[in-house]
Amino acid sequence: MIETPGQTIGPFFGFALPYAGDSQLVPPGHPDAVQFSGLVLDGDGVAVPDALIEIWQPDAEGSVAARAGSLRRDGFTFTGWGRAATDNSGRYSFSTLRPGGEAPFIAVTVFARGLLHRLFTRAYLPGYPPDGLLSSLPENRRRTLVALEEGASLTFDIKLQGADETVFLRFDNSSD
Amino acid sequence: MPTIPGVANTPPSSVKLASQEAINAEIALIAGGYERGSQPESHPRLDYLPYRSSAKRCPTNDLYRTDPELIERTAPVFGQQDVGPFDSDLTVQHLGAPIGERIVVTGRVLDTDGRPIAGQLVEVWQANAAGRYIHVRDQHQAPLDPNFTGFGRCLTGADGSYSFTTVKPGPYPWRNHHNAWRPAHIHFSIFGRAFSQRLITQMYFPGDPLFDYDPIFQSVLDRRSRERIVATYDHEVSSHEEHTGYRWDIVVGETPMVNR
Repeated sequence: MIETPGQTIGPFFGFALPYAGDSQLVPPGHPDAVQFSGLVLDGDGVAVPDALIEIWQPDAEGSVAARAGSLRRDGFTFTGWGRAATDNSGRYSFSTLRPGGEAPFIAVTVFARGLLHRLFTRAYLPGYPPDGLLSSLPENRRRTLVALEEGASLTFDIKLQGADETVFLRFDNSSD
Repeated sequence: MPTIPGVANTPPSSVKLASQEAINAEIALIAGGYERGSQPESHPRLDYLPYRSSAKRCPTNDLYRTDPELIERTAPVFGQQDVGPFDSDLTVQHLGAPIGERIVVTGRVLDTDGRPIAGQLVEVWQANAAGRYIHVRDQHQAPLDPNFTGFGRCLTGADGSYSFTTVKPGPYPWRNHHNAWRPAHIHFSIFGRAFSQRLITQMYFPGDPLFDYDPIFQSVLDRRSRERIVATYDHEVSSHEEHTGYRWDIVVGETPMVNR
């Protein structure tokens, strides 16, 4: 069957898609909570204040959660999924757990006015041996996929365009 | 028109906007180049200048092909605790009934093999019947409707089906170019059974006279793919003295194989 094409999220999702607790996969006071945050920047390095970021990740042991409740969080269940709109400075921020695994990463989806179709990328934790994707990239592109870790914060800026443009991914075999 | 504070890349009112004729010529030039190619493009061009906001926001490198890891072959799970019983009826969220043409939009969420996506989240948002969003940055002078928010959610059934009751949204102006009007549409947010099937799109109404003038609609270059974002009127969905009905099936991308 022919796929349904994507269309831009547009500028007017703010009253609809964000919800209370959307970006708190764990409460910020959780003993293992990390802040996963960054800027979304356009080709001129200007902040994008109307982007929506979603993340999907395994838990600290590397297991896929498969638990409902992301839209009405109970404060205890780790669902592995969250959503954050960028603020007026172009910053998004999540409270979550470090993902587990051999080359752990947080899967990231980017939506914005001006983006006609969503973008996928990965935010890898630093300090692990590179996996197949990272190994296949030249150094200047590889580093766009690795978060900076400092204490309990993981920083991952998303550059939509330009010299240090983030690597965006496709998983299918089509012309997407 | 007033400028909209806090929104980067919105042209100030002093900037001269392109004419509709100039935008049409750009659309036709890109469409002509595509017709001569052979590989169908199922999604919009990211780099599509007739949609002016894409100029500084589209990546210039090709998307990088990689095999999905386990997390990307799975999708978040939503359940009954995530969705309220009235979330799919946008006409009962306030004390009174909203102004406008009452409609039901229904269909199924499927993958490219035609298999239903069951128990998954569908979100919709839209302008009211006058073409105004409740969003604070929408400065269109059409009236707000105190009885209409324009947001709904539901979970798909075992057969992938969804259904929303709402009012038909109006077209609205935007500042992409001079005298630019968006065809009436409902925004849809879809989850598949894999992360890689995540989709946000817009559903349009059949026969809208604004299609030819709209760079967002025209950014899907393949005619058959473009037809996929237009609902059909379905008299079987219409209901006696209640509402007219539209049918719209949504096909998310291929389901990734576990051991590819």
